[in-house]
Amino acid sequence: MGLSVRNVSYAYGEKRALDDVSFHVSPGAFCALLGPNGAGKSTLFSLLTRLMTTTGGMIEIAGFDISKHPRQALAQIGVVFQQPTLDLDLTVRRNLSYFAALHGLSGREAESRIEAALERLDMAERIAERARDLNGGHRRRLEIARCLIHSPSVLLLDEPTVGLDAAARTAITKHVHDLSAQEGMTVLWATHLTDEISLDDQVAILHKGRLLQQGSSHEITNGAPLKDVFLSMTGAEA
Amino acid sequence: MRAGLIALWAILLREALRFVRQRSRFIAALIRPLVWLIVFAAGFRAALGLSITPPYQTYITYEIYIVPGLCGMILLFNGMQSSLSLVYDREMGSMRLLLTSPLPRWWLLFCRLLASTTISILQVYTFLAVAAIYGIDMPWHGYIYAFPALIVGGLMLGALGLALSSAIRQLENFAGVMNFVIFPMFFLSSALYPLWKMAESSALLRDICALNPFTHAVELIRFALYGQFNAAALAWTVLAGIVFLGLALWGYDPSRGMKRKAG
Repeated sequence: MGLSVRNVSYAYGEKRALDDVSFHVSPGAFCALLGPNGAGKSTLFSLLTRLMTTTGGMIEIAGFDISKHPRQALAQIGVVFQQPTLDLDLTVRRNLSYFAALHGLSGREAESRIEAALERLDMAERIAERARDLNGGHRRRLEIARCLIHSPSVLLLDEPTVGLDAAARTAITKHVHDLSAQEGMTVLWATHLTDEISLDDQVAILHKGRLLQQGSSHEITNGAPLKDVFLSMTGAEA
Repeated sequence: MRAGLIALWAILLREALRFVRQRSRFIAALIRPLVWLIVFAAGFRAALGLSITPPYQTYITYEIYIVPGLCGMILLFNGMQSSLSLVYDREMGSMRLLLTSPLPRWWLLFCRLLASTTISILQVYTFLAVAAIYGIDMPWHGYIYAFPALIVGGLMLGALGLALSSAIRQLENFAGVMNFVIFPMFFLSSALYPLWKMAESSALLRDICALNPFTHAVELIRFALYGQFNAAALAWTVLAGIVFLGLALWGYDPSRGMKRKAG
């Protein structure tokens, strides 16, 4: 169960974006997919969410092969894309009820799940506000609340703290770590910022479409700062 | 099945809310055909003599002739507006939300299509009401018979918009759609002049008009507004709708990729 990526490759024409990438995230683990810009993280997320498909390799989400059982696999994932996907002119409630409906939830059940998800992200008092009136940090929290509504077992977050100030980044990173630790959710968190990763997290380092290393943060760093290890592996700015 | 209907309702509601918010879009959608009806038709009336052709059983004024074409115009422009909104959704990211739903992708796209067609039909009936106030009314049963014709025509033109949206990568490219799709489709059709009139000036242009699926959507609506059924127009419109929908589903196939290049 959890999330498995096996021998996945993808190319845009001649340009190879992912080259034989394999890694596994255990159920309930927080795994940071660490890579500089252009490493292939967003391509991998597009494959994990079936926005794109590939014949090279296999992706399993909570035990479902995404190419054979796409609907069951998609039902198991909650996604926060790098690019915001809120309808800014709708209220928080309408944004969430629209998403709930796309997952077949309506009426009282949807309502109670929406309230619970907002409660979990400390956003309950914002339910009647328009998404446009929320600040950047709250919009991101709303997107995280939204991806919890259908009770997914795997959370995929593609650079969710991009554009946020330090306080909002810290709060969101903590919220998602808590979801993994307390609710047993499997988390794949794509980032290029090493300070979002704690020592107990799993780390998969992606560079130029290839997976350079996977393991727990302290195994990979062996006591050295993760930022230095990452820089020495990729030669990129962290 | 239930999940699919819940999603359909949510998508319809979202499109309706979006439309209500964009009042200027509603007003523009209404004013455009009214300008044709009140201003252009008045000018063209003297220039164009119309003989008795089905479904009309007597001589008609030019204003009466172009009403079905203007209904088609609303469907056409709205189909393209919906295409624009899909491209916008993709650029803004909200398309991803739709496409990562566990429901079948074809169903989700069909829901979008149905939602935009519903909005178009509401606009058409508003236009017909204003036209009736202006003095151009149809037989009462025509308004009822026109409903299924508007659904078929609206779905076909919406499917065209959907197919175009899968091919248009940026909002900036949308102006090209206006120039190369909407205007030729509208002017090379029976919306503004009957095909026999077009044949008087050019047989080739008449043939092009006869091949244009928009012509058949307009004729389907025209006959329906007079309580008559045009089987050939229905067949052409449905066939074109199936082709466009097939192209749209192909365009949104995940194996083709949602975007050409990612980071």
